[in-house]
Amino acid sequence: MLHKVAREALLFCVFMLLPFSTALAGETASPSMLSDTCLGCHGPGGISDGPATPTISGMSEVYIIAAMLAYKYDNDEDKVEAIIEADPDLEDVEFFARTSTVMDRIAKGYSEAEIKVIAKHFANLPFVAAEQDVNKKQAKAGAEIHENHCEKCHENGGSSAEDDAGVLAGQWIPYLEYTMADFESGDRAMPKKMKKQMKDAHAAYGDNSVADLIQFYAGQK
Amino acid sequence: MSKLTRRNFLKAAGSTFALGSAGLGFPHIVGAAKKKVVVIGGGVGGTIAAKYIAKADSSIQVTLVEAKPYHHTCFMSNEVIGGDRDISTIKFGYDKLAAHGINVVQDKAVMVDPVAHKVKTADGTTLGYDRLIMSPGITFKWETIEGYDEDAAETMPHAWIAGHQTALLRKQLEAMDDGGLVVLAPPGNPFRCPPGPYERAAQIAHYFKHHKPKSKILILDAKDKFSKQGLFTQGYKKRYGDMIEWVPGADTGGGVKAVDAKAMTVSTDFDDHKVSVANIIPAQKAAQIAHDADLTDDSGWCPVDLGTFESKKHKDIHIIGDAGIISGLPKSGYAASTEAKVCASAVVHHLHEKEPGINSYANACYSIIAPDYGISVVAVYKLGEDRSKIKKIGGGLTPSDATPEALRREVHYAYSWFNNMTAEMFG
Repeated sequence: MLHKVAREALLFCVFMLLPFSTALAGETASPSMLSDTCLGCHGPGGISDGPATPTISGMSEVYIIAAMLAYKYDNDEDKVEAIIEADPDLEDVEFFARTSTVMDRIAKGYSEAEIKVIAKHFANLPFVAAEQDVNKKQAKAGAEIHENHCEKCHENGGSSAEDDAGVLAGQWIPYLEYTMADFESGDRAMPKKMKKQMKDAHAAYGDNSVADLIQFYAGQK
Repeated sequence: MSKLTRRNFLKAAGSTFALGSAGLGFPHIVGAAKKKVVVIGGGVGGTIAAKYIAKADSSIQVTLVEAKPYHHTCFMSNEVIGGDRDISTIKFGYDKLAAHGINVVQDKAVMVDPVAHKVKTADGTTLGYDRLIMSPGITFKWETIEGYDEDAAETMPHAWIAGHQTALLRKQLEAMDDGGLVVLAPPGNPFRCPPGPYERAAQIAHYFKHHKPKSKILILDAKDKFSKQGLFTQGYKKRYGDMIEWVPGADTGGGVKAVDAKAMTVSTDFDDHKVSVANIIPAQKAAQIAHDADLTDDSGWCPVDLGTFESKKHKDIHIIGDAGIISGLPKSGYAASTEAKVCASAVVHHLHEKEPGINSYANACYSIIAPDYGISVVAVYKLGEDRSKIKKIGGGLTPSDATPEALRREVHYAYSWFNNMTAEMFG
C-alpha cells in the first residue's frame, strides 16, 4: 500500500515537474558543474579568448541544443527529429546537419537532459565580442550584404540570440571562416532561406561576399 | 535587459570574469570566523581551484602558496622545443589573482601538519586552514636510471617541468650538427602528460625537417604502447618519413636504464647509443611535499576519494592534478582543471556543511604534430557508483581518416585551448 502511494506521489511529481524544469530534480549535475567543464576550451564565463574556439555564452538555448544534438547523433536526422518530437521543451529546435573536430565526440558524453541544462546556462550568460582587427573596407562592404540578405534572420547585425540563429557578431574570424566554408562545401546544412540568400548575395556582390560578411561580423561589438 | 546594455555593463565592469559562470549560489558564511582554504601549488590545479572557491563564496579566505614568481606551462612547451614558439609565451605571473580575492603567498610550502591543520612556508610563516588543497605536481624517481640525477639533467634534460629545462633542450637542439642522433626516453606509466613525449618527437622532427634534415630521433620507450599511438604513427610517417623511430620497451628490456652524461651515451639492457642530444624523462611520483606530509602510498602517488579528491590518508586535505591517483582520468592539464573545479565545489559544500551534488568531469588534450596537423583525445566522465573509478561516458580520438582541413583546424583549436586554459588559470 505504502509502495503504491509512494509510486503515485512520484508519478505526480514527475508529471508536475516535466513542463517546467529542464531536468528532473537530482537527475543531472548542477548547471555550473556541467558547464564549467566546457570552459577550458570555450573560455572563462563561456567567452573565448580565441583564436578559433567560439564564444558560447549569450547564444540561444535552442541554437546550442540543436548543435549538441546534431553532434551527439552524428547528424542522424531521424533520431534527432524523434527526440525533438518527444520532448515539448524542444518544440523550437530545428535539426541542421553540422560537422566539427571535437564536439561530435564530446557531445556523446552528455544526456539530452544535461544538454538542456548546459544550453540554458550559457544562454543566460552575456556574450562579449572578440577584440580583433578587421579589414574596414571589407567590413563596410559586408555591412551592406548583411543588411540586404542576412538581417532578417540574424537580427541586430548578427548579434541577436533571440532569433535562434547563431550569434555571428563579434565571433572570432577563424571560427566564422570555418563555419562559412562548411556551409559552402555542404558539410553544414543551410536552412532553405539561407541557401537562397547566399546564392543571391553571391550573384549581387561576387566571390568576395562571404569574406566581406565575415569581416563585418568580426568587427561588430 | 537588451543585449547591448548587458554588453555595455560588462565593459563597464572591466572584467569578463566578474560576470563569468554563475557561482554555486551559496550565501556567505556568516557568524563564525572566516573559513580558510589554503592551496599549495600554482599550476593548473591550484590556480583554478583557488579561483573557483573564491568565485563560489567570497567570504572564504583563499590563500595560494607558490614559490616561483612565474609559471611556465608544460602545455605548448613542445612548440618551444621545436622552435615555433618563444618561451615568453608560456610564462605567466600571478598578479591577476588578487582581483579574484585570492591571497597569493610567494613562498615555498615546506611543511604540512595534517593534525594541527597548518602549513609552514620557508620563511617561517604558518598558515592555518579549514581545508587544504594540494596540487603539488611531480618529482622524478631519479634512481630508476643509472647515472641520471639533477646534475646530469643539466646535460641530458628531461624538460618535463617547463621553464629552464625547456630552454636548455631547445638550445641543445639548435647547437647540434645536422646528421646527429637525438634519443628521447619516455618513462613507463603512470606519468605526467601521456602523449607529451610523442608530440615532442614530432616537434623536434618538424625543426629538423627544415633545418637539420639528416638528423634522426630515436624514441627508446619503457612501454610497449602509448597514448594516441595510431594517430602519432600515422602523422610521423606522413610528415617526417622515417626520421622518427619508435622502439617499444619489449625490444630493449624496458627502455633506457643508464646514461653517461659525460660520454653522452644512453644505454638499454641490449645497446649503447652515442647521442648528440638526449631527452631523458624518468619515471615519476608525487612532488616531495606530498610524501613529507604522509599523503602518498607505496605507488608514490596520493590516494584520494574520486568524488571530492579528499586524501584517503588525512582528512580535510584534498589532492588534485598529477600527484593524485585519479583512476579513470589521465595525468593531463585539462584533467587537472576538471579535478580543480570538482574539488572546489566539494570544498565549498563541505565548508557549508552540505553534501556535494553530482559531479561532471571532462578531458580535452591536443597534440601538435606539425603547424597544420593537430590531433586530439577528448572525453566526458562521471563518478562510478562505487566511487572506485571516474567512468568515461563519451569521447574519443581524432578519426584516422580526418581531412587535412580538420587536422589544420585542430591546431587552431589547440591554440584556443591554450589561451582559454591559461585564462582560466591566470586571467
